[in-house]
Formats: sequence, C-alpha cells, structure tokens
Amino acid sequence: MSKIICSAAIRGAHKIVDMAEEKYEEALKKYGADQEVSLPNTAYFLPIIYSMLGAKVEKIGDMKDIFQECRTLLPDLVSEHNWLPYLAPALDAGMATYFAEEMYEAIRYIETPDFYTKTEEPTDSNLWLGAADDVIFRKRGVEFVDGSAPGFAAIVGAPDDKEVASRIALELQEKNLYIFMHDHSVNGKNMSQQLVDNGVQVGWNTRLVPFADNYTSVVFSIGFACRVAMAFGGIKPGDFRGNLIYNKDRTFAFVMAFGKVSDEWYANAAGAFNWGFPTISDYDIPEVLPTGICTYEHVVSNVPHEEFVQKAIEVRGLKVNVTKIDIPMSFGPAFEGERIRKDDLFMECGGGRTTGVEVLISKEMDEVEDGLVTLEGKDISDIKQGENLPISILVEVAGREMQSDFEPILERQFHHLMNYIQGIMHIGQRDIMWIRIGHGAVEKGFSFKHLGKVLHGKLHQEFGAILDKVQVKISTVQETVEQVMAMAKETYAERDLRLGNMTDETEEVFYSCTLCQSFAPSHVCVITPERVGMCGAYNWLDGKASYQINPTGPNQPIEKGECTDAELGDFIGINEFVNQASRGAVPEVSCYSLMNNPMTACGCFEAIAAMLPQCNGIMVVNRDYMGMTPSGMKFTSLAGMAGGGAQTPGFMGVSKHYLTSRKLFMAEGGLKRVVWLPKILKDEISEKLKARCEEIGMPELYDMIATEEQGTTEEEILAFLKEKGHPALEMESAV
Amino acid sequence: MATSKTGCEGCTDITCSSSKLVLEQDIAKNVRTAYDRIQARGMAACLFGSGGTCCRNCNMGPCQIIDGVEDMIGVCGATADTVAARNFARTVAAGAAAHGDHAREMVKGFIETARGNGPHEIKDVEKLHALAKIFGVEIEERDVNDIALEIGEMALAEFGNQSEQGMTMLKRATKKRQEIWKKLGIEPRGVDREVVEMMHRTHIGVDQEYENIMLQASRCALSDGWGSSMLSTELTDIMFGTPVPRRAIVDLGVLKKDQVNVTVHGHEPLLAEALCIAAEDPEMIELAKKQGAKGINLAGVCCTGNEILMRRGIPVAAGFVQQEIALSTGAVEAMVVDVQCIMQSVAEVAKNFHTDIITTNYRAKMPGGVHIQFDEHAALESAKEILSRAIKNYKKRGTCYIPEETKLDVVVGFSHETINYMLGGRFRASYRPLNDNIINGRIRGVAAMVGCDNFKLADDAHEIIARELIKNNILVVATGCAATSLGRAGLVNPEAARYCGDSLREVCETVGMPPVLHMGSCVDNSRILIALTQMVNQGGLGEDIDDLPAIGTAPLWMSEKAVAIGQYFVASGAQVVFQDLATSGAKTFNKYLLEDMMGTYGAHWNVAKEPLDIARTMIEAIESKRDALGINKKKERVLFDMDMRRDLGDGSGLTDVGCHGPT
Repeated sequence: MSKIICSAAIRGAHKIVDMAEEKYEEALKKYGADQEVSLPNTAYFLPIIYSMLGAKVEKIGDMKDIFQECRTLLPDLVSEHNWLPYLAPALDAGMATYFAEEMYEAIRYIETPDFYTKTEEPTDSNLWLGAADDVIFRKRGVEFVDGSAPGFAAIVGAPDDKEVASRIALELQEKNLYIFMHDHSVNGKNMSQQLVDNGVQVGWNTRLVPFADNYTSVVFSIGFACRVAMAFGGIKPGDFRGNLIYNKDRTFAFVMAFGKVSDEWYANAAGAFNWGFPTISDYDIPEVLPTGICTYEHVVSNVPHEEFVQKAIEVRGLKVNVTKIDIPMSFGPAFEGERIRKDDLFMECGGGRTTGVEVLISKEMDEVEDGLVTLEGKDISDIKQGENLPISILVEVAGREMQSDFEPILERQFHHLMNYIQGIMHIGQRDIMWIRIGHGAVEKGFSFKHLGKVLHGKLHQEFGAILDKVQVKISTVQETVEQVMAMAKETYAERDLRLGNMTDETEEVFYSCTLCQSFAPSHVCVITPERVGMCGAYNWLDGKASYQINPTGPNQPIEKGECTDAELGDFIGINEFVNQASRGAVPEVSCYSLMNNPMTACGCFEAIAAMLPQCNGIMVVNRDYMGMTPSGMKFTSLAGMAGGGAQTPGFMGVSKHYLTSRKLFMAEGGLKRVVWLPKILKDEISEKLKARCEEIGMPELYDMIATEEQGTTEEEILAFLKEKGHPALEMESAV
Repeated sequence: MATSKTGCEGCTDITCSSSKLVLEQDIAKNVRTAYDRIQARGMAACLFGSGGTCCRNCNMGPCQIIDGVEDMIGVCGATADTVAARNFARTVAAGAAAHGDHAREMVKGFIETARGNGPHEIKDVEKLHALAKIFGVEIEERDVNDIALEIGEMALAEFGNQSEQGMTMLKRATKKRQEIWKKLGIEPRGVDREVVEMMHRTHIGVDQEYENIMLQASRCALSDGWGSSMLSTELTDIMFGTPVPRRAIVDLGVLKKDQVNVTVHGHEPLLAEALCIAAEDPEMIELAKKQGAKGINLAGVCCTGNEILMRRGIPVAAGFVQQEIALSTGAVEAMVVDVQCIMQSVAEVAKNFHTDIITTNYRAKMPGGVHIQFDEHAALESAKEILSRAIKNYKKRGTCYIPEETKLDVVVGFSHETINYMLGGRFRASYRPLNDNIINGRIRGVAAMVGCDNFKLADDAHEIIARELIKNNILVVATGCAATSLGRAGLVNPEAARYCGDSLREVCETVGMPPVLHMGSCVDNSRILIALTQMVNQGGLGEDIDDLPAIGTAPLWMSEKAVAIGQYFVASGAQVVFQDLATSGAKTFNKYLLEDMMGTYGAHWNVAKEPLDIARTMIEAIESKRDALGINKKKERVLFDMDMRRDLGDGSGLTDVGCHGPT
C-alpha cells in the first residue's frame, strides 16, 4: 500500500533536506552569502525553484529563503496508527526534495567545478555530463516540440546485467525517447557505465544521457522539463500549476527504478508525481494504481525487464507510432545523432574519399516500379574493411499528387532517414554527401540495399499523400555513379533556378506553421518563400507539401491578401489568420520587421535578432554561441525575451537562412542594419552573405559587420562601426 | 422497566456499548432517558400528524384531512396536498430559521472580531481573500481586519436584504444551477425575508397550490444552504481556522476521571471557542488544581462538539442521543449549552448528580438550568465565569463511572479545502483525482450522511448504512450527529479502509484518508454543496450537481433543520433519502416530493425505512447516475500520440490544463 511509499518518501525528504542544508551552511561559511551560484549557462537560474516559486537563486545567500520554504513543505513523518492523510504531504515532501537537491547540486558546481564535464558527450576521463546548459536544452527542445522526441525516461540504478541494460536503452531509443541516467543501484551498478562497458555510445547525440552517478542529479531531468514549459510553453516562472500540468499533458516522461528503492529514491519519485511522471520499478515495492496526479498509475512495480519499456509507456499514456522497417539494424530518430568514429569505421562512401551523389526525381507512374531496390556493383559483403566505394543513390518517385517542386523536399529527408539507421552516419547532401558505415552495422548484416529499403518505406510513410511509387537504384560502380552525378547536377541547377526566382511577391499564398503548438500553444509561424521558419527546418515548399499531405495539419495556406505596407510586410490576410490561430494572443504580425509586431517564436529558433540602440543596428546571435553579446545578454537570456509565443519588439527569433534573404529586416533598412554576428555564424554563411553584400552594391559591408573579435559590448562595437564607417550609423533611428 | 435497576433493561435499541455500560451502573439507576420515555409513553404517533394532514394554521380547526374523502377536507376547503405542503414548508422554514439565527450570531461575532474586540482574530487570511473575491471586496493593500469588517457587514446585510437581488453566494453554484433557480424565480434574497414569506404564504388562505408553496420552500431552504449556513461556515472558518486533518477521540470514554469535565452542547461555537481559550488559561488551571483536579477537560456534545472537534481536535463525548447518558456517568461537572437540540430532560438527569446545566443564550433557558448569559463583547470573561462554576463543582463529584475503554480514534477536519489539498498537495491541489477515480469506477460515487440521530431506529443505523456504502465502493462524507455516530463505529479512521470494497480501499490507502470523511457540524453541510460544485467544475462528471453520482441521506433525522437541509440539497440537484417524511397522507403532494420534483430540480426526495433499504436506494441512485454519464462502460486506456498532443493546443484538450501560455 502507498502508506509505505509515502512514509519512506517523507523520511527520505527529511534526510535530503538535512543533508543539503548542512552543505549550504558549510558553503555559506566557506564562500560567503554573496558567492554566485548557478547551473552552467542557463537563463533559468535553478530551474525547478525558479519555475515553481518564481524565486531566482543567484547567490548562496538566496538559498536561505528556499530552505525555509523546504521546511514549511516538509511534513511530519507518517504515524503507525490513526495516520493523517499522507499523499499530499508526500507530494509536498517530494517538492522540498527537489528544491534541496537543486541547491545541493548548485553548490557542487562551485565546490568541484570539474565534477561534471559540462559537454554533450563524455570525455575520456569523465562519464558524467551534469545539467544540460541552455544550448543543449534548446537544441534538444526542438525535438520535443516537433514531436521527434515525445519525452524522457529518468533512470535510477541499473539492472544486474549490462546486456539487459543495453537492450532496455535500445528499446527506449526505438521509442524515440531521451534516456536520462542517474545514480547506481544497491548492486553498485549504474546504467551509463554499463552501456559504455557494452560498447554503446552515450551522450546527448544518441539520447543516452549520463547525467550523474547520484540521486540528487534527478533535478537535472526535472529541471529540463521545467525549462521546456517556460521556454516553449510560455509558462511564467512561479506559475507552478501551469508548469506542472503542462508537463503532465505534454512531456511524456517517467521514472524507471532498478533494484531496491531507498528512502531517497522514494522522495525523488514522490517529487516526480507532481509533474505527472510515474515510476516503474523492477523491484518488489508496493504499487499505487489509482489515478489522478499522474494520468494513469503512479507506481507500478515488479515489472519484468522484458516488459519494462512497454509497461512504462503504457503507464505514462504514450503512443509511439513506429513503423517497422525491415532491416537488421535498429532504426529511429534516437540514432540520428550517433557518430561513427575512426575506430568504429568499416568503410565510407563520398565525402571527398570517393564520388558520392544522391538525388530524387519524379517520373511518370508507368516508369516506376514501387518497392524496387537495385544495387549495381559491390556490396558490403564483397569488400574488406577500409575498402571505400563510390556511391550513387537515385530515387525515382511517381504519384498523382507529385509535383517537381516537392523533389528537393523529399530529397532532403535522405539525410535524417539514413542517419536513423543504427551504425550508419550520413553527412551532407546532393553531390557532397558522405556515408560512413560502422562495424556495428556490418556485424548485423548491413547491405547498401537497406538504404533503399529505408528510403522506400519512410518516404511512403511520411509522404504517402503525394507519392504512390518509389524505386531506388544504388550503384557502387564508378562509371554509373558518374552518369548519375551528371544527371543530378543538371537537376540541381534547374531546381535552384526555379526556387531562386520565387519571391514573396510571386506567390499569393504563404503557409502557417503550428507544428510547435503541442508545446507553444499561442505561437504561429508564417513561412514565406523568402522567410523560412525560424527553426531553419521548414521552408515555404515544406509548408506546401505538408499541406498537400495533411490538409488539416499544422501547415495551412494563408491567402496573404492585400499588402498594406510592403516595407513592414503587413498583409491583411496574414493578420486575420494569425489573430485567429493564436486565439487572439497575437493580433498583428509584420513579416519583415524586428521593431514593429515582430513574429512570435516558440523557442526553437536557430538564432535571435536583437536591436542595439546605441549602434543603431541589429545583432544576430545563433544558438551555438555561448559567449556574451553586445546586447549585454547571452543567447540564453535573449531566448527568454524572444520565446514563449509573445511579441517583444526589438527581439525576434530568426533562421540562419533568413539572414541572406532579400526580405531581411526590410522595415529597418535590411542587411545594412546588421552590425554584429558571432564569428561562427558569420563564417557559416559567409559565401551567401558576401553575395548579398555585393547584390546590394556594398561588397565592403561584409567586413564592416563585427564579431566577438571586435568586441562584446555596444561601446566596443560602436567604435568599430565608426572606424569602418558602417552604414547603420547614418540610417534613421530604428528605436 | 423504565424504573428497573439498570434504567433501560430490555431496551434492544441501544447497541452502543458505552451507552449500555453507563446505564447498567448503579449510579444511573434513577436516570430516565428518552429510551425510557418512549416505552413509558406507550402510544403510537398520531396518524394525521405523521401523515402531514393535520392543519392547525387557523382556529377553525384543527382539521384532520383524509385524502380522497370528499367530506374530510379542511373547513376552509384546503385539500390534503395543500395542508401537507404547508406543514412541510413550515418545517423547512423552522429549520432555516434555526440556521439563520445561528449564522446571525456568528456574523455578529465575526464583525466584533474584525473590530478587534474579544479574544478571537482572523486566522485564515487566504480564505478571507477568497471570500472577498466572491463579495467583490477589494483586498489590495488593505488591512485584514478592514477587509473582514467590510465582508462582515455585507454578510449581515444579507439577513435583512429587501431588494430583489439574489444572495451573493449563489454565484458559487454551477452556471446551469443558477439558471434553473433564475428560471423558477427562486433565487433567495434575504435570510430573514424568505422565512417570513414562507410563514406568510402558509397562513390561512394564502398560497394554496402545493407546487407554488414548494417553490418558496425551495427558496427558503436555499437561503439557508447557499445563504446563512454557508456564511456561518465560511466566516467561522476565517475566524477560528479552516479545519485541517487532525486526530481526536470520540465516545463517552473521552471524559476524564481526574479532571474537571465540561461538556459543551448545542450548535454555536462562539462560546465554545472562548471556553477552549479559557481552559488553557493558567489561572483556570490553577483553580482546577486547587479543587484537586489535574486539569480541565472540555468535551463536545452534538454540533458544538463537532465545531471544536474539527478546528481544535477537542474530543466529542456524545451525539444527540447520548446527551443524557453522558451526564449519567456522574463525571460531568457542567454541561454548557447554547442553542438547538438540547433535551429538556438533561436538567432532570443532572438532578441525580452534582452536575450543573448552564444555559448561556437568552433564547434558550430551561427549568432547573443555571443561566449565565454569554456576552460576546466580553467572551473570555463569560467563559471564565462559566468554567469557574464548573471547576467549583469538581469537589462535589460523587461516585462516577466512565467507560474508559470505549473511545475511538478518529481523523477529522475534511473541509472542502482539505479535500482539495489532500488530493494533490500544495502544488497540484484539485478535485481531479476524486473525479478521475469516480470516472474509472474505483469510487462508484459519493454519499453524504448528515443530520441527527433519533430513537426511531437502533443507534447503529448510521453504521449499517455506511458499512454497506463503503463496501460498495462509495465514499462517504458525514456531518453532524451522523458523523459522531460513525466515529463511534470506528469508521472515521483511516484504518477503516479495510472495511471498504477493494477499489475504494485502494484509493483510501493511496491518499491515507478514512472512507468516511468528517466535514463538520450540521451547519457545515454547505461545505458539501461547495465540494459537489467543485466536482462538477473539475470536469468529466456532467454539467451540474444533478449529473453527479452523489446522494445524501439524513437517515435518523429529527430536527426541522434536517428537512431544510434536505430541501436545499434537492433544490441544488442532489437526491436525498430520509427514513420517513410527514407527507404520506397527501398522495399527490407525496408523489411530487418523491418523483415529480425531478423534472423541476433534477432531483427528488426518497424514503426508505430500514438502514439497508436506505443504503440500497443510495447505491441504485448512484449507479443510475453513472449509467447516465456513460462512465459505467468499460473504456480502453487512451494513449497519446503526437497528433493528440498537438490537439491540446486549442485548449479543448485535457480538462485540467491550467495554462495556455501568455494571453
């Protein structure tokens, strides 16, 4: 019965709060009340405390009030007889546990700065990554909002056998979930180490995240969920109920516990119930089956390892639509980020080593035999390790609804679809594609034909509404590869010409994107031919194709209607649509302006544009740049201004692609307003950026745009702009 | 028999062991209790009286009406239906008047407290603020007492309201219910006015159409449930603290051999609260010690007992039927009484012992009682005067018998706020888990067991009904003497979950709650109205109270207040089951109450004689509501894929989604 669980959770909470408070007293003595504390590179302070209480813990001294709150929340222990109701006190105790643990971990970052790697993957000497910073969080957050990751499993402990651990991890990966690993069982084993020992790649890229070998790190999982609600859902700090219900309904997370459950684990499990995250245990502990706080059961125990994952997602109420692709390797989004390193490599194609090309073209219905996959030349089984081969992948499709406009969209899927195969790594596209085949895949019997099977199966599944037939012709014969290459280059050229001529003026219909509305309920993206979605992942053609595939789906055509201001990008049709789709939250949007009704953002933008008033110009910072910017804020803080579905003039999410669009910041004077970019971003788009500078007749502008090398304060940038004579300084005031 | 050695030999109606033990003692041999009087009276109830067709409303009669016999209508021509309806309506008015007058005293006490007079203070500021919102009272940057005073004065004005404006608390009801009241024109206006109008309309020659009479009876009852009773409960909570779960003990064994035992009996907690404070006063304790006692032991009887049980965990010695038996222990120095349900016989029983019956309210005096008027302006002084008198009695105590073994642990304090918190903690507090588990069938429904106890059925009737209900996985909420009786039966205790059906047991064990939730005194039935409304608002169980799988009963009712309560439940959409009603002599009116009211209110009265019949009626009613809601069909577990989660974006998704981002 749950009295045992609640009693243990409350006991555990007392122990944890005592321990953390002791640590705090020590730290207070050692470092003083003014010592700054934080988790690495996040704008959300200690995110659980921030999201639940609205309190910003910035210094050790700030912890005093929070510990007081913990003491208020901590209930008396449950008495043996004639007990008072214990469920609510246990939930409160769980919350106190998280507050205490979050402060405990924050102090650890001061005391032992190298305790965690603070990276995306383990280092040679340290397996434990620690809390996700906002760069990781935003990057991964995109997968939460677009549905490619429905949630996460927070794992404490590990089964005895590393094979079992690996199988459970794989099953979770196959369900597209993130796997956050914490603590060891009483058997001393932790799952992260087991996976590493078994040769499984761990790190954010494979969704197998080794957070830490202690239970206090559970706050890294929960803090991640809290940030999802604040960053994408627009839930305000301190709106604890909003945050908890948001996570209950939208983040499909759960706790998996292996082995004997300690009081401390119970305390953490009780805390997780508040978010609607249930616990699944393999141990003989009591069950809590009635529903209410969680969507379904709260604790299910004694679950055999074979049924562990299945039971977990059923208890959490998650449906994962996985189509089985008939190949011997595992397949799914969780394997997309997996790397094939030098030691893992069996052979490779393309990527400068050999000739490689991939292309998709549409044909007449009678020219395509659906399901046909041919391989000309050597297969993997015909070669030895290290023998690289040229490759061409020619996909021919036909369908009543197929249009040549859709070709590049379908072709762009190749990258992630091939990457979904465990043991295969795909880089680049078109004629610069590069495939690396790992030992793991070869051992399982990989054949090049499997690439064809994946493309056939998945293109049908995702684009069944526009295509009826798919055939794949693969060749590893140099001569054939070169023929395909020649044909492909012609195709690319035609395609680019056609797309390049398409402008916002030539098209009467734009597309909305509300793909993120599962996480950001009031946000609406407007995608135009010259302004791709700020996530960088969806352009106008994607919108068009998506609408064709699913007429009631997240991409709807918007008749742009009368243009009331061409500079601002105000369209009557757009405003009507956005007002309605945001349920009145956003009545007007100017498509080309940063200062006037800028487009809202869910939070998964590639970059953020911000006005620098002194410089009279605009800076843009990308997600991967962790340093300070001239706005006085890092990306993470700026993201807080721009995200969550609210309009904040002067702050806007943008895609990298938009930076070289002719419609960039038209209302503010266009590219000439841009005064600062991080070097990493400037380098990445340099070619196109230079071309755009030339196009506007100012080839010298490229060198006038500052980076962090010139400075990260407005004063420094202003001096640089003056020195270079940047045109923004002469323009009318934008503020 | 009544004068036999044991006082009640052969009286099979007493099953309660503490009562039996006390009455068997020598010291109780001369005590005459209600049990004895029933035997001694030796006559059956008057047929016209119990059928509701005796009319004494003018001096042409009394007229005994026989339904269906043409010559046997009233002198004025009043038919059986008219007469029974008028009598029934007057019962409602009397009950509502009792609650109204009680509430008036509480509101006045509240105003005094807000003015800083007396020993009390505003304890529950959060609830004060919540109530301020309902009353439209500004709270920003205002002193707590200022807010309280404004609310108090608005509350007091509701008693004498002469405008056609409906009472403030009505807006707490569901939208649908408010519309029904509006359409019927029965939104109550003023507490006093509805009683007056009821009395007027039942005067000779006024309202002679039973349906029309019952409209006003409903309005009068609603002015109680959503008016005076609710005001009383809310303001009392704000002043004395909203009940939270706490442990306590009940039954005669709570009296203490070596302490001054003072029982507080009646309904208004103003004096009792002051007594609680005074009993902790060192001066009083010293006085007690001087008299040779180890301390002062306050114990409750009837609903004053329930008030201080809920808020302070003060033990309850007895319910209504045990009031004489409590005195028969010889261990009570004083029984301090205020208003309502105090048998005149207590003064007679007290004569056998050293006990003083101290009356404290000018409205309620009795021969043989000592009157010490409670002065609300000098509450503590009044309390000390009363206590001093009791303490001085201690030395006079003769032989006494306390059935020490027969006391039971209870866990009480289930205000609707407690229920809300208990189901989700501070961060997820809501009625969602209750609704969820009703929808999934673990809890079949909710039964309210309220009201009095009486001598018509054996004193274990409440227990029999409650056991049957919880065995059938129906959660029970209880108030008043019904709750005390269930406490005595050991059911107001979390360990009683073992008597539940498997699925209710599972829920009780998850929450750690008893299967019978003690919600307070009889005036606190308004808490049940709010709890039911919260269940509706939580979603998934229909649009109004009449959709809920919930039903009330006052199986052993005796006070007119119970009929007022029953009528406000029915007019609010909740079915009720009573053991009997004085309406059976008027066929059409009786049918109206027991069936036809359904069309008007979505609920009607039910009558069932035996405890198990009452339970069965309740279970059937709950199951039929479940059928109507469609929740008795087995449902597959819903698993959410990405598209379903995306659909949540339009706000029409899951029912308790609290936030849809910035607006």
